Amino acid sequence: MSHAPAHKDHAINCREFNKDQARVSWHDKALYFVREKRDRASRTVPEWEALRDAASQIKQHTLYKMDEYLLEFEKNARANGAVVHFAKDAQEHNEIVYKILKDNNVEKLVKSKSMLTEECHMNPYLEERGIDVVDTDLGERIVQLNQEPPSHIVLPAIHLKKEDVSEIFNEHLGTEKGNADPYYLTESARHHLREKFLAADAGLTGVNMAVAETGVIVVNTNEGNADLGMALPPIHIACMGVDKLIPKMQDLSVFTRLLARSATGQPVTTYTSHVKKPLEGGQLHIVVVDNGRTDLRAHKSYSHTMQCIRCGACLNTCPVYRRSGGHSYGSTIPGPIGSVFEPARDLKTHHDLPLASTLCGSCGNVCPAKIPIPEMLLELRQDSYEKDLLPAGKKIALKAAGVWLRNPWAFDTGMKIARFMLRNLPKSWINNKFNIWTKQRDMSPAPEKSFKEMMKERKGH
Amino acid sequence: MNSKQTIINRIRNNRYTPVEHPGYGFEKIVFDDPVQKFAQTIRLVGGEAYCLAYPSGKKPEAKAPMTDTQPAVAADAVFLGGKSLEEVVKEFYPDAKNISSTVEGFKDANVDVNSMDTPHETKDIDLAVVKGEFAVAENGAVWVCNTHNKHRAQYFLAQNIILVVDKNNVVSNMHEAYERVDMGDAQFGAFISGPSKTADIEQCLVIGAHGPRSGIVVFV
Repeated sequence: MSHAPAHKDHAINCREFNKDQARVSWHDKALYFVREKRDRASRTVPEWEALRDAASQIKQHTLYKMDEYLLEFEKNARANGAVVHFAKDAQEHNEIVYKILKDNNVEKLVKSKSMLTEECHMNPYLEERGIDVVDTDLGERIVQLNQEPPSHIVLPAIHLKKEDVSEIFNEHLGTEKGNADPYYLTESARHHLREKFLAADAGLTGVNMAVAETGVIVVNTNEGNADLGMALPPIHIACMGVDKLIPKMQDLSVFTRLLARSATGQPVTTYTSHVKKPLEGGQLHIVVVDNGRTDLRAHKSYSHTMQCIRCGACLNTCPVYRRSGGHSYGSTIPGPIGSVFEPARDLKTHHDLPLASTLCGSCGNVCPAKIPIPEMLLELRQDSYEKDLLPAGKKIALKAAGVWLRNPWAFDTGMKIARFMLRNLPKSWINNKFNIWTKQRDMSPAPEKSFKEMMKERKGH
Repeated sequence: MNSKQTIINRIRNNRYTPVEHPGYGFEKIVFDDPVQKFAQTIRLVGGEAYCLAYPSGKKPEAKAPMTDTQPAVAADAVFLGGKSLEEVVKEFYPDAKNISSTVEGFKDANVDVNSMDTPHETKDIDLAVVKGEFAVAENGAVWVCNTHNKHRAQYFLAQNIILVVDKNNVVSNMHEAYERVDMGDAQFGAFISGPSKTADIEQCLVIGAHGPRSGIVVFV
């Protein structure tokens, strides 16, 4: 089982995941299948591109007037009977949640998916203080029982095979040994988690959209777990980053049309739940968290990460993510958007992530909020170079490449030699251990002439 | 300074390029027959749609027949030949013992959710017959709003759910839908599209995750 990586270097971490080639191949294909479903779903909507434009612009407009919308949201949510808390960072978020639980003598908490609470490392914080925290999304429950973080923001257990789940459930839920039937395993989890829902003292959910105009929060799920978590226990705590704000109810139309189609290719999630007031006699707490987001907003380029609606489409399409697995990133949010969101807030820790990309551009093309992810990855690479965060070898290589690429004569000559060597040297010399390009494949055959030479000849005719 | 003020100040101290709200001027998809489009869409997400009566002015084509135990599998909404809602419920769920309902005039409910003290008591409901305010053709979703329903848990904890919608209340897309959403004094409202489901184990789709195992919509 892969657990949180010890190293902080994506290129090293993904070696672990790549040990099992059959599994990598399955992971790659499974995610690309989801990407294809997203393609088909998007094509059923003729106004898809108009929706992407609208999503991008609504988010930027909200960022522009963020103070106004935040205060409007707070005022309306309060009027609806919610208690609105503000947390400037992860620590304060955890303290607020714990205080609510402690004040109400809560021992058992059911939780639905929230990447924010992962970011804040809330579960261990609460568990250390004696709270029984149960993740109720099936994938999240699987990784929680397996004591590892989710490896994908929408499909938390995509790195595991059904045989792994069977073992985990056999150990923790007492399911039949060796029974890896997904129907059987899901049914077992249904019974196990229904008991948890019924016994819980409080429910905690994430927030997909928070509407300033009405103070309503919207939560999207397919399983119905968030809904049970906020319909049964009398206390509902909803945790949201400031980036979840949108101005109006009608804006929900744009995001509900884009979210599920981009995430899994469904026309909409099974449940799009709108919470306005607490349960009768209950409490509704909304915790609004900054944790570096207002700093991101202030950056001329990286502010675009605040447009993210956490659909996971960029992960599913990314050739690097699909072949390296979410845990290799060593960050809460993996994949292309994580490789911007995390280093943009903390480049020193996450300077390896902008390099975990081929810059093929696919992430930017599928993003429903039109976030320019490839451009930001490139800019972050420049930042790490300027801030001297790259390993010495890479830095020297880049410097040398810079000199070489700027000199046309040196470039032409170098390429001529390379083509000659590729054609004439024995393969064992080329596929040596220093050439990382030939680790799992051969170099492509060298052409007779360079592109420049071919163009010259063409022009001569 | 409290954290709210800190966050507001962080926002105000950094100017952001003015961007106007784009509005909704673009053209949106509209369907000629939203009821049939709805039926096609909800089948893709594991649900089924049926019509108790002809949509006005339309003559139904012959559809795959409904068998005794299994709802018929057909691309379009299945016309149920002028049966009553009670007859349909009995046909689909002959074994349902505890039936709750938020549909006015539905006679076969034997569980009164509004008289329950806690939402936990809804756990033994076999079938919830729930009033949907309107349906959305593009994604097979039905809007429910719990104005007169004390425990919204019944939408999610019941083993099965039938959503009952007026056939004249079907909109084409989510933009039209949000024009109609008015939560008023309600605690809670939701778009429900088909049965609860998960694909978290090896991407294998399993219907009936935590919520209801079926998602039937009946147009009346």
